[in-house]
Amino acid sequence: MHNLAEEWDIEITSRNNLFDLKLKDVWHYRDLLALLVRRDFVAFYKQTILGPLWFFIQPLFTTIIYTFVFGNLANISADGLPKPLFYLAGITAWNYFADCLTKTSTVFTANSGLFEKVYFPRLIVPLSIVVSNLIRFAVQMLLFVVMMFAYYLKGASFHPNAYLLLFPLLLLLMAMLGLGLGMIISALTTKYRDLSFLITFGVQLMMYLTTVIYPLSTVKQKYPTYEWLVEYNPMTSIIECFRYGFLGQGTFTMVSLAITTAITVLILLIGIIVFNRVEKNFVDTV
Amino acid sequence: MTKVIQVENLSKAYRLGEIGTGTISKDLERFWARMRGKEDPFLKIGEVNDRTIKGGSDVVLSLKDINFEIEKGDAVGIIGRNGAGKSTLLKILSRVTAPTTGSVKIKGRIASLLEVGTGFHPELTGKENIFLNGAILGMRKAEIKRKFDEIVDFSGVDRYIDTPVKRYSSGMYVRLAFAVAAYLESEILIVDEVLAVGDAEFQKKCLGKMGDISQGQGRTVLFVSHNMGAIKKLCNQAIILDKGSIYSKGNTSDGITAYTQLQNINKAINYSNNDPGKKFREVTIEDNKGRLKSDFSFDENVNVRLKFEVGQRDLNAAMGIKILDDLERCIFTSEKKVGEIVKHAGESTAVITIPREMLSPGHYRVTFGMHVPNVEIIEVITDVLHFEILETGTDFYQFSGADMGCVFVNCDWKIL
Repeated sequence: MHNLAEEWDIEITSRNNLFDLKLKDVWHYRDLLALLVRRDFVAFYKQTILGPLWFFIQPLFTTIIYTFVFGNLANISADGLPKPLFYLAGITAWNYFADCLTKTSTVFTANSGLFEKVYFPRLIVPLSIVVSNLIRFAVQMLLFVVMMFAYYLKGASFHPNAYLLLFPLLLLLMAMLGLGLGMIISALTTKYRDLSFLITFGVQLMMYLTTVIYPLSTVKQKYPTYEWLVEYNPMTSIIECFRYGFLGQGTFTMVSLAITTAITVLILLIGIIVFNRVEKNFVDTV
Repeated sequence: MTKVIQVENLSKAYRLGEIGTGTISKDLERFWARMRGKEDPFLKIGEVNDRTIKGGSDVVLSLKDINFEIEKGDAVGIIGRNGAGKSTLLKILSRVTAPTTGSVKIKGRIASLLEVGTGFHPELTGKENIFLNGAILGMRKAEIKRKFDEIVDFSGVDRYIDTPVKRYSSGMYVRLAFAVAAYLESEILIVDEVLAVGDAEFQKKCLGKMGDISQGQGRTVLFVSHNMGAIKKLCNQAIILDKGSIYSKGNTSDGITAYTQLQNINKAINYSNNDPGKKFREVTIEDNKGRLKSDFSFDENVNVRLKFEVGQRDLNAAMGIKILDDLERCIFTSEKKVGEIVKHAGESTAVITIPREMLSPGHYRVTFGMHVPNVEIIEVITDVLHFEILETGTDFYQFSGADMGCVFVNCDWKIL
């Protein structure tokens, strides 16, 4: 063609490069990300009496119930840690991952009204979810630290150690994993609505395959043949490492953490690619 | 002149009917076909999108092989019937959905307003929503901050700016939303019929603002509307879409003429009855050049041609035409003694002219009757034909929705 020399800023075609992640576009819209996080936060506590207090209530009650049911009634080991601390550590970490996952998985259906009307890099919305949940996670971490302090005063035995420094990495891994899985599912739900039914109870089932209510050491002891099922679950080594850093008990190796990291990065990449592919045409199917 | 938008061979296919049931099997079939290097078995290109005809395949082309270019600073009106593909085109241009084949190339930033107030959250205040909405439309925070005062000023909701928008009246909501969009700094602006909301004063303000954008600031505007008056006022180019293809493209007044002609195709525009005893035989509506039509622009004469047959004794009767509007209100009647217009029994043809610039834009029906006043009704044919007066740039256009009456009277105003 004669107008090869012409430069175009935007080209709209039926298909774009599979590995074009459009991260530059996302960067341009970073203010939108901040505003969406703010919107989520404000909208959450408006017209509630307890406001952000609700962030505490859920993990607190869950911990009490787990301590009673799994700790006392079923008498499942807590790796020798104070039971409430053991459960709260698991719940706090798991909640962040699960929230990211479930919320991200409905991105397309929940925001179709917005997506049908205006273009912006869709990736912004799942990212804003992950960041919004961070606020909630911070509040729950606060609860956890307060509990740790209370048990410390009571003289309970647990030993925070240098592995605490891995905490930022663990947080990043959880966010990436939740985001990646969530985006894969969200992309599929645009066509197959069935998955949205699966997700809520799927996450619950997955929790039982993760070391939230039991330690990995017990599984290794009792079910050595099935232990891989739990051990290769990427969330397991994250939670075990989390517990080890804060409480001094947990079963993980640097190798298992490295494998988890690799799996997480892979899932996130697949997630972004699938997501970017679906965002082009999902409006026609939702 | 430089091109800012270039559309090449653009098509968009939609699947009709239920989406979801049986998709896995179809997806697998599609995947298998692609693996063997064959075409998508469910995508039969070539079926024209006409919503009135039921097609064989469940895939329709909402847009079919569209090609056009838009130059910098043009204001382009996109006109078409419902289902002509206007919205699909806008959606593709604003990157909400991707085309099935073909490409669009764009130079510069593009902002689209397919709806006002996209992303407004009811719990947030007007101020917070300005920032959120602005960011969704692609503005940076600093940019919005810089223009904040102007936006509030333009919207005229100063007093409520710190109130959650759920407490706003719908008019205020729209004002605020349009104000944000009006201050977008994009080289290309796409506007769907958002002006159909808001009161007349605000509509005028919006139209004025859009005029500024295209004429004053040299930006490119794409405008979709049914309001021909607004299109005529704002746009210098018009693209007419029909059944997913471009019917015509050129300057606005030619475009509007083409559109009114297009509207007439496929509509019943004649009445005939050949029963021996009937007086009224044939009725047609045509323009000054004798073309059968049902859609007339405001500045065109409407000629109703009537073929009738009368007997000797009917010469004493009176014959009348009655024009009713959509609400069955009688707008006016025109009556003649039969004996005054025909001298002897037999078949004759009359042309009744409704003068131009008289009926205001709207939909009208025609009824004919013949009677001997106070004695007997000989024949009445109700609702024989319909015709439409289209808005093509009258003084009414800025007030769509307001009731301006059915008849436009150019009264004489004298200053004493």
